[in-house]
Formats: sequence, structure tokens, C-alpha cells
Amino acid sequence: METARFVFYRFLQSLFALLCIITLTFFLARLAPGGPFLDEKAVPEHLLEQMNKKYGFDKPLVVQYGLYLGQLIQGDLGPSLGNKGFTVNEVISEGLPVSFILGFIGLIIALIIGVPIGVFAAAKRNTSVDYGLMTVAMIGICLPTFVIAPLLGEIFALKLGWFDVAGWENSTAWFLGAMTLGLYYSAYIARLTRGSMLDVLSQDFIRTARAKGVAPGKILFKHAFRGGITPVVAYLGPALAGLIGGSFVVETVFGIPGLGQHFIKAASNRDYTLINGTVTVFAILILVMNFLVDVLQAWLDPRTKTRN
Amino acid sequence: MISGIHQRESNAIEKGSSLGRDAWLRLRKNHLAMTSLWFFVTVVLTCFLLPLFSFVSDPNATFPELQSQPAFSKATSVGGDEVYYLLGSDHLGRDIFSRILYGGRVSLAVGFLATAVSLTIGVIYGALSGYVGGKTDAAMMRVVDILYALPFMIIVIILTTYFGNDLWLLFVCIGAVEWLTMARIVRGQVISLKNQEFVEAARSLGLSQWRIVFRHLIPNTIGPVIVYTTLTVPAVMRLEAILSFLGLGVQPPDASWGSLIKEGADRMASDPSLLVYPAIIFGLTLFSLNFLGDGLRDALDPKSSKD
Repeated sequence: METARFVFYRFLQSLFALLCIITLTFFLARLAPGGPFLDEKAVPEHLLEQMNKKYGFDKPLVVQYGLYLGQLIQGDLGPSLGNKGFTVNEVISEGLPVSFILGFIGLIIALIIGVPIGVFAAAKRNTSVDYGLMTVAMIGICLPTFVIAPLLGEIFALKLGWFDVAGWENSTAWFLGAMTLGLYYSAYIARLTRGSMLDVLSQDFIRTARAKGVAPGKILFKHAFRGGITPVVAYLGPALAGLIGGSFVVETVFGIPGLGQHFIKAASNRDYTLINGTVTVFAILILVMNFLVDVLQAWLDPRTKTRN
Repeated sequence: MISGIHQRESNAIEKGSSLGRDAWLRLRKNHLAMTSLWFFVTVVLTCFLLPLFSFVSDPNATFPELQSQPAFSKATSVGGDEVYYLLGSDHLGRDIFSRILYGGRVSLAVGFLATAVSLTIGVIYGALSGYVGGKTDAAMMRVVDILYALPFMIIVIILTTYFGNDLWLLFVCIGAVEWLTMARIVRGQVISLKNQEFVEAARSLGLSQWRIVFRHLIPNTIGPVIVYTTLTVPAVMRLEAILSFLGLGVQPPDASWGSLIKEGADRMASDPSLLVYPAIIFGLTLFSLNFLGDGLRDALDPKSSKD
């Protein structure tokens, strides 16, 4: 019952946050100076009027907002103003799977590298191994994706020729992209894992287990790991949000046609409908991830529920 | 006479054990943090003071005939200008060293100003929420929860593309979305402080609520606030660099470390040094700030250190 209430409350909160985001982006787009039909070439007045009428921009803002929400609920994001002949739904259904696969593989790589390093460093606490690993992790955090990505491209694609330089279909450049994202987040995850493992390892039940003569490896993986991994699970939500933020850069460097590229292009072209569409999709993704993480965390660590 | 000396001594002892001095003594023992501190101070002073001297050339002066000069070289342009290239020149003959200095000014200024914005909003919001408490507190913290769920990166991108590439706007945008964690930290501190005796004493002396919050509560939250501020500066500088890398931040010919890295990445195949120099200085600066933040955390809160 407690859990159900917690889940329901979090769900409502996410829904409200989503509405806030949608409203904010809608009005920001319309209140900003400039417009989608303002080219370098002067557009004749009557043409502009016609265009505005066609897309409904001549109606009062509140009416436009209402119409937009109505369409949104039916899952219709409207025509893309920048990509003539395409609807926003088409553009997104093309870009989203690309970004999602890229981010997901990046996250897997980050976990595969980060968690073992964190656990190992915690087990070897305050030794030179620990300091060495944590310094490397700090370097990883300080070298942002926009430095790592071109470097990986230069070394593994241009110099060694193991991967393609750019592209998505029939191209191996995606691996370098996922690797860039993964390396960066593995550094965070390693630091986080080490910190929380140390927290758990200093607790009484671990000392009891040691006193009983349980093997060190078993203490580490059987007793400490479940508690130590909880903060990492909580980090997965923000991590996915960050992976999407980082994927703008990676998609630009490796020429991957994901949602990030479409979003950047839409933002600079004032493609209102596409901006609103991509932001909505991004927001839903992040909120769903955060929601799942909270539920998962409540299951791993029952104390979380009462804290909220 | 004797009691006077005695009193002065006891004053000295009291002064010697203040929180700030204690923390400073602990910080000084942390070599990594101290090295970071001196490195960061040096970088800041170099970027802001060195360009005041005339031997640093104009970062935007182009000499097409002097492209890709090696480091430590002197060259004379067609116009007769003599330029000393400490770190070489780029594809337009611009002085890389000078561009890194001027770019550093922009990156650091964004870091400091945006952090100041987030610090101001976060501390005041958090302190008021924690001090007032009750339903107001609950409502204010729900707002923070919801803002936490917003995709920040996306909002900053939207704001910068809509409202032009004004650098000042960039500061405000980044600062305005970075204050949430600060507000949570300060609120937690204020809640644990507000029922302590010194606040009760201040209240019984008839001080106004504002005075209690701003003169008695906020100064006592300084420890965690300093630590988090030190960690916010690199986070903000990263954000600015990403925006500049995507072409949404600083516009050419002006430079920031992010835009220099972008230019370097574009020309990496022909001249790797264009990427390497700005990337190294940017990385090291973030590195030093992160280590300084960790060191300050250990120094200001010895209980949490090591374990």
C-alpha cells in the first residue's frame, strides 16, 4: 500500500513536470524575437500572412496553446516548419531510435567500466592503486566529451583506420560515439561506486561478517554490493539525461543523424513545431527514466519511500 | 597588567581555533588541493592581467601569410608587424597563446558570474524556505523538485538560440538553472541551525526575521556553500564550453576555451596543437577546481573525510 501510494505520487509529479516543460517551451518559442519564415531574403508581406494563417500563427497565443495541447494528446506533433514535407512525428521517429541506441550502449559501456573500477578502488582503499584509479577517473571527468570525441576519431578512425570517421547506416562510427559517452560517464560512476561502497563497508554488519570469518570477496560482492550500488542506480536517471545532453556533441562530431542534431538544427531555424516535439520527447524520456529509477530505488532501499 | 597579558593570550587562542583558520590549516596539509589552488589562482591572474601588457598580441589580428607557425617562433608580417608566437599560430596566423588568454577570460568570467547568479538565488531561496518552514517550505521545495526534472541542457540551448548569442544572457541562463542544488544544501543547513540556541538568543533580543536569516543563519552555512561553489564553477565552464562547441555560445572571431577546442577539433588532422593546447589548459583548470573542491570538503567537514 505504502509503495503503491509512493509510486502514484511520483507519477502525478512527473506528469505535472511534463506539463510545465511543454508549456514553458511553447511560450518561450512564441515570445522569442524572430520567426520561422524570416529568411535573409525579405519575404513579401502577403506571403508571410498566408504562411502564418496556414500554420495557425495568426490566432491568439492562448488559442494556439489550446489547439497544440489537444493535438499533442492525440500524439500529433504537427508539420515540421524546417523540413518541408515532413511531419514532426516522422522526423522524431527517424532520429529517436538512433539517439536512444547510442545513449543506451554508452550507458552499458559506462557501467561495465565504471562499476568494477569503483568496487576495486574501494576494496583497495587509500592504496596507490586507489589513488591512481581515482586520478584517472578525475581526468576522465575533466576531459569533456567534446575533447574525447575528436581525439578518439583522430586516433581510431583516421590514424588506425579501425572504425569509420562518421555516419550511421553501414558505418562503425557509432561505436566511437558510444565509447566517448561511455568513457565520460564511467568516470562519474567509478567515483560514485567507490564512495558508496566505502560507506557500506564501514558499517557494523560488515564488521560482523568479517569477524565471523566470511571470505573478503563474498563480503564485497554478497554483503556490500547491494547497498553500495543503490546510489549508482539513482544516478542512472540523471545519467541518461546527461547522455542525451552529451549526445548533441557526439552526434555532431561523428555525423550521427540522431535527435540531438535535429534539435540543434530546429533551434537555429526557429522550427517551432520540431523544437516543441523534440523537447517533449526528451522530457518524457528523462521523466520516465527518473520515475523508473525512483521505483527501483524504493525496491532496493525501502528507506527511500519514507524520506519522500 | 598581568591580567591584561593573560587576556590577550586567551584572545589569541580563541582566534586560533576559529573554523576558517582550522580549515585553512587542514587544507594546507593537503598538497593536491594546495597545488590546485595555486594553479587556479595563477591561471586566473594570467588570463586577466597578462593581456594588459602590450607584448601580448591582439587575439583577433589575422596574418594569412603567417599561418601554422611553430611554437617559440618570431615572424614578421607583410605589414611589418613583428609577432612572437609562444604557442604558434593558427590557420589565419592568429597568436594561439593570446587567443587562449582571451578565451580564458571569457570562460572564467562565465564560470564566475554564472556561479554568482546561482549562488545568490540558491542561498536566498534555500534559506527562506528552510527558515519559514511548514507549507511554504513544502511548496518551495516541490518547485525545486519539478525544476530538477527539466532537461537543463535543452532549456539553455533554447534560450541562447532564441534570445541571441549575448554573452550576458548566457551567464544569466546558466546561473538561473544551476541554483537548485545550492538551494537544497542551504535549506538543509538552515533547518538544522534554526532551532539552535544562538538563533533563539537573537530572536529574544528582538532582531528582525530578515536580520536573523541574513546575518545569523546564512553566514553559518558558509562551509558547504563554499565547497559547492567550488564545484559549480567547473560545471558551468563545461556547460559554456559545450554551448560554444555547438556554435551556440561565443561567436567568432571572439574566443572561449570551448570555441578554441571546437576550432582545434575541426583542424586536428592538419595541426593537432590547435586542439591540444586549449584542451590541456581547460582540462587542467577543471581538474584543479575539482580537486580544490574535494580538498575544501575534507578541510571544512573533517568528519566526512577519507571514509
